Amino acid sequence: MNISRRQMLILLPAAAVAWKSVQAGTPEDSPNYKMTDHWWGMLIDVPKCIGCGNCVRACQTENDVPDGNFRTWVERYHVTDENMTSPEVISPDGGKEGFPVAQEDAGKYFFVPKLCNHCADSPCTQVCPVGATFVTPDGVVMVDQSYCLGCAYCVQACPYGCRYIHPEKHVADKCTLCYHRITKGLTTACCETCPTGARQLVDLKNPKDPIHEFLKTHSVQVLKPQMATGAKAYYYDLDGSVR
Amino acid sequence: MSVFKDAGHLFRFAGLFVLAFLLFLVIRGFVVPKTFGQYGHYRGAAIGDVAAHPVKFAGHQTCEACHTDILDVKKNGKHAHVNCEACHGALAKHADDPASVTPVRPDTAVLCARCHTASAAKPKGFPQVVPADHSTGLPCQMCHNPHSPAMDAGAAAGGTK
Repeated sequence: MNISRRQMLILLPAAAVAWKSVQAGTPEDSPNYKMTDHWWGMLIDVPKCIGCGNCVRACQTENDVPDGNFRTWVERYHVTDENMTSPEVISPDGGKEGFPVAQEDAGKYFFVPKLCNHCADSPCTQVCPVGATFVTPDGVVMVDQSYCLGCAYCVQACPYGCRYIHPEKHVADKCTLCYHRITKGLTTACCETCPTGARQLVDLKNPKDPIHEFLKTHSVQVLKPQMATGAKAYYYDLDGSVR
Repeated sequence: MSVFKDAGHLFRFAGLFVLAFLLFLVIRGFVVPKTFGQYGHYRGAAIGDVAAHPVKFAGHQTCEACHTDILDVKKNGKHAHVNCEACHGALAKHADDPASVTPVRPDTAVLCARCHTASAAKPKGFPQVVPADHSTGLPCQMCHNPHSPAMDAGAAAGGTK
């Protein structure tokens, strides 16, 4: 086959364009998603939580979380004036099937949904000896499961107990903030199924996100602020007894 | 050049050192993944691996694209802000192939109780009932429309207390 210089000059850029389009067709690439435009977190409206367990079940379904492990779970606190600092806390099977009925009793009850706080300065990523866990440029703490050795340093390092070793894969596993959903414009599975709006995915880099107004006008806390983890799970109306 | 007269062994050793270093660079080039260090001390492509996980909950926007009749009932009712899959479960498969994947209708006697069973632990303003007293175990949709559960004068023909 003889190709003249003129044909060659036409063919080369055409081939380059064709190759670009082949690369662009990779399904997991989300063409409209730019990591630098987002900084994800979650808002948890404690008084709205009714302890139905929808979030726990949805998370297990969405993310194939093995039974007995949890990426998110719900705790029920029962605080009386005798045990202000060591309240009764229950979370039967992570609250997956709800909670036993509480009889009218002294003290206060409330539910606290827990999940990875997606800390900006997360202790878990700092202890990884192989660079298998990290904070993404959009603020999600992730595990590279093909790189993880399963040493569980991170499981011990997390102050919130949000990591576990996957019983079959033998690598660290944790909440990904449904990264496969949020990069496609969906909300997380737990927020999608929360019937009362007690959990809301927030994007702190989006100026139109209602979180900015909420943070300005409400009393909001993070868990274990003394650890300076830069936690991004914001709890509205959190009781002081919550650990 | 008398300084280097007997230094041949040093040059040989230095050469060996340079060779070993080059070999290290070559091996390193093979074993370190291409995207390692792209964003930080980790494999950049791992982000794409996590993002490639299949979606199981379609999201209420997807449901509402077809089920506009339900949306019309729901949007003025008490359950306006309860998303479809909070009760109906993960239905991305149904959204992808509505003809062959048909969702199971939830059993309201079980489903509604999950949220509305009375408990002192629940927020006081949240509507709660003791199911045994309230409906003697009858399915809730006998009286309530799950998509808009408040009972108006017309629909409240018995069944409530």
